[in-house]
Amino acid sequence: MASAKRIGEPILKADHISLSFGGVKALTDISVEIREHEILAIIGPNGAGKTSMLNVINGFYHPQLGTITFHGETRRRMRPHQAAEQGIARTFQNVALFRGMSTLDNIMTGRLLRMRRNFLWQTLYYGPALKEELEHREYVEEIIDFLEIQAIRKTPVGQLPYGLQKRVELGRALAMEPNLLLLDEPMAGMNVEEKEDMCRFILDVNDEFGTTIALIEHDMGVVMDISDRVVVLDYGRKIADGAPDVVRADQAVIDAYLGVAHKE
Amino acid sequence: MAVAEKVIHDAPKAGAAGDPALDTFPKLLLDNARRRGNRPAMREKDFGIWQSWTWAEAAEQVRDLAHGLAAMGFKRGDKLGIIGDNRPRLYWAIPAAQSLGGIAVPVYQDAVANEMEYVLDHAEVRFILAEDQEQVDKVLSVLERLPRIEGIIYSDPRGMRHYDRSRLTSYEEVQERGRAFGAEHPGFLEAEIAKGSGSDVAVILYTSGTTGQSKGVMLTFDNVIKMTWSSIAFEGLREDEEVLAYLPMAWVGDYVFSLSQSYCAGFCVSCPESGATVMTDLRELGPTYFFAPPSIYENILTQVMIRMEDAGALKRWLFKRFMAVARRIGGKILDGEKVSLGDRLLYRLGNLLIYGPLKNTLGFSRIRLAYTAGEAIGPDIFNFYRSLGMNIKQLYGMTECSVFLCIQPNGQVRPDTVGTTVSGAEIRISDDGEVLYRSPGVFAGYYKNPQATAEAKRPDGWTHSGDAGFLDDMHHLHIIDRARDVGKLQDGTLFAPKFIENKLKFFPYIREAVAFGPNRPYVTVFINIDAEAVGNWAERNGIVYGGYTELASLDKVYELIQGCVEQVNRDLASEPHLAGSQIRRFLILHKMLDADDGELTRTRKVRRRFIGDRYQPLVDALYSERDHAAIETQVTFEDGRKGTLQADLKIRNAKTQPIPATVEPLRRAS
Repeated sequence: MASAKRIGEPILKADHISLSFGGVKALTDISVEIREHEILAIIGPNGAGKTSMLNVINGFYHPQLGTITFHGETRRRMRPHQAAEQGIARTFQNVALFRGMSTLDNIMTGRLLRMRRNFLWQTLYYGPALKEELEHREYVEEIIDFLEIQAIRKTPVGQLPYGLQKRVELGRALAMEPNLLLLDEPMAGMNVEEKEDMCRFILDVNDEFGTTIALIEHDMGVVMDISDRVVVLDYGRKIADGAPDVVRADQAVIDAYLGVAHKE
Repeated sequence: MAVAEKVIHDAPKAGAAGDPALDTFPKLLLDNARRRGNRPAMREKDFGIWQSWTWAEAAEQVRDLAHGLAAMGFKRGDKLGIIGDNRPRLYWAIPAAQSLGGIAVPVYQDAVANEMEYVLDHAEVRFILAEDQEQVDKVLSVLERLPRIEGIIYSDPRGMRHYDRSRLTSYEEVQERGRAFGAEHPGFLEAEIAKGSGSDVAVILYTSGTTGQSKGVMLTFDNVIKMTWSSIAFEGLREDEEVLAYLPMAWVGDYVFSLSQSYCAGFCVSCPESGATVMTDLRELGPTYFFAPPSIYENILTQVMIRMEDAGALKRWLFKRFMAVARRIGGKILDGEKVSLGDRLLYRLGNLLIYGPLKNTLGFSRIRLAYTAGEAIGPDIFNFYRSLGMNIKQLYGMTECSVFLCIQPNGQVRPDTVGTTVSGAEIRISDDGEVLYRSPGVFAGYYKNPQATAEAKRPDGWTHSGDAGFLDDMHHLHIIDRARDVGKLQDGTLFAPKFIENKLKFFPYIREAVAFGPNRPYVTVFINIDAEAVGNWAERNGIVYGGYTELASLDKVYELIQGCVEQVNRDLASEPHLAGSQIRRFLILHKMLDADDGELTRTRKVRRRFIGDRYQPLVDALYSERDHAAIETQVTFEDGRKGTLQADLKIRNAKTQPIPATVEPLRRAS
């Protein structure tokens, strides 16, 4: 794909991050960069700390040590809503949608941060709040078109198959117009066709909107196919970082995946 | 909702015929832009909203596109291949090409690349309009074998940013160039349109080809426009009809219903948002005029029945109760027959409680006229819709006669006939039972295939339809089967495979059936179960299964299907001519018959001979004593990969009914 992709400067830098829960060390001294317009894959065996890393990036966990610099702003503690306001969107390993709400309404919630009218206007319905709602609806319809989910626009998401729920979740994240998109196992539990569709959507998002993407994925075929760079974690440490084919040949990575005994 | 007992139809208006000067679609389009410029011509659901274009706007779109094509070098006689789902832009491409004296060649959008290659190569297409990346990819994959192609225009740019631009142009770019070209060449397009005449070939439509390679049917403007006016007069179609265009653009029916009739009668055609939203869009739109092949009516009915099974007890009771009322009197009310006052009131109540809401859910509450054609429709299905007050009728025709040959007139609608001839058309039954016809709609010929043309269009002026049928004393035509498929068993008993297959397919559990019998001692069938209906049945009966293949092999499912087969045998026994062709043995196939494997045509007709060859070991086993047979088949997946499937299928015997002794040996229907 993309021969002329313009990967730019790092937009996010995690410096010497350490995170532990009581005595359990989830992340140990990890430094990672995410560069503008790239697709970065974070891989590693179960319990390696991949999801913790995403949680640190979007402010859900607060690391004991280390800093995060996003768009030139360095911080140690941040709340998830601040991360969202700065343009970091994410999806979850276990789908976290409003199951009783329709696809359309779920994606609309992704626009919430951009709605400016206060509660009183919203209650009035007519006037500026309606105008605003229509503008956001238009953007959401573009996402629905982009993700080809027109047929389920009005379906409660609880009734949808898993693969489609994942797609709706991606739609909600896109509705924020993020500049950094974090995807936690976007293809887990999908069949081959659903995976292919999802890959295409991720590539298209990256290509058409220029969104920077960091994703966690277990399917090595997918990782090698779509990512520009791969970071490998094992037992809370970074053991490799580089282009997919370099990482694939790395002895430490092979050992981690084959389960060689760890020397403490 | 219209009052139920009112006859919903206007009587056919006599003499609705077009202005003879408007003999091509570009001319009709300009005339519509003048006469009804502000009325809607096309709609498309996009971004969740119905976007619409008036006739004046449509004419402008077509003009820019035509100018753009001219700027790209499109000349008189050139062919424009059109590939994609029903989209306004694709419909506009047809008159745009015709404005320049070109010919439109719509291609089935779900055809795989090499089927497309055959059509594009055979039709000598020079320019292509493809809807999106999917279609462009297919064309590009065979492009090196299509040296004639000079330009590919695409409508949706999604995913194509990194494609080689040398032979690809976007639709907007073409129109942009068109506007510049138009400014430099004032009067050019008007002159080009004026050069067109009714006897020019307007379109080449490739038949789906139940046998071998498909043939390109050339239809002139006169063919299509004359038959269109004739049908408009027959049904009294008006400019305020609402129509949903959802059937493949490469099919002659869509060309006539969504383009020709719209241009002549002036009504608006709406395109669904995507293939998956057709049912929702149908409901939102509420068409007044609707066409569907029997399989669609069947699917809708199956879904209604499945959903009713899951409804509460009161609703189920009401549904049962009032559907019985509808079956008894609904059809009579629709046909304007005498019905007692009590029954009328009961029907009206049913309309309030059941029929109205049901039709509303399906999007059928405004239907004035619904057609079905292409295959026989099950009497139960047919009567179901009519009893709800929907005026569903059968029509008979084919690509070679511009669709219309026979239509069932209002008040004379029966499930087993296809109606009387439309004005201008004539029908004769040949000595060996084949339907022959003459009409202004008879095609100009098969493109580059004079031999096939001569076989169909005979020097005596009659065209051979290839269908076996007979006329009854009401001048209604009955179709039995394809003439060459009607055969005889070893003992000379008449065997009409489609007749048997259709009877089987009328059961919701049976999706497809393939009957074997010519020159054999008895009749046997392959059955394809309907995954949804049988799956639901299994669920309700607590039967566990892993997938289609396993479901199809369960003993309980065999019992279910055996019940259907034996019911068909009872029906056949009551038809004196066909009592001898009862089904003795059957099996259930382990995979769905699929057009990608060549087992069905793109319009979903079974290719019986092909299937017979492909599953030869199974056919042999049906004519042996064995109770099971092994088979290995190659299957093509949707992405074009191939794989093999192995299975061991059970074979069952079905009970047959004694044949009434009085029957004389049968002659071919005449």
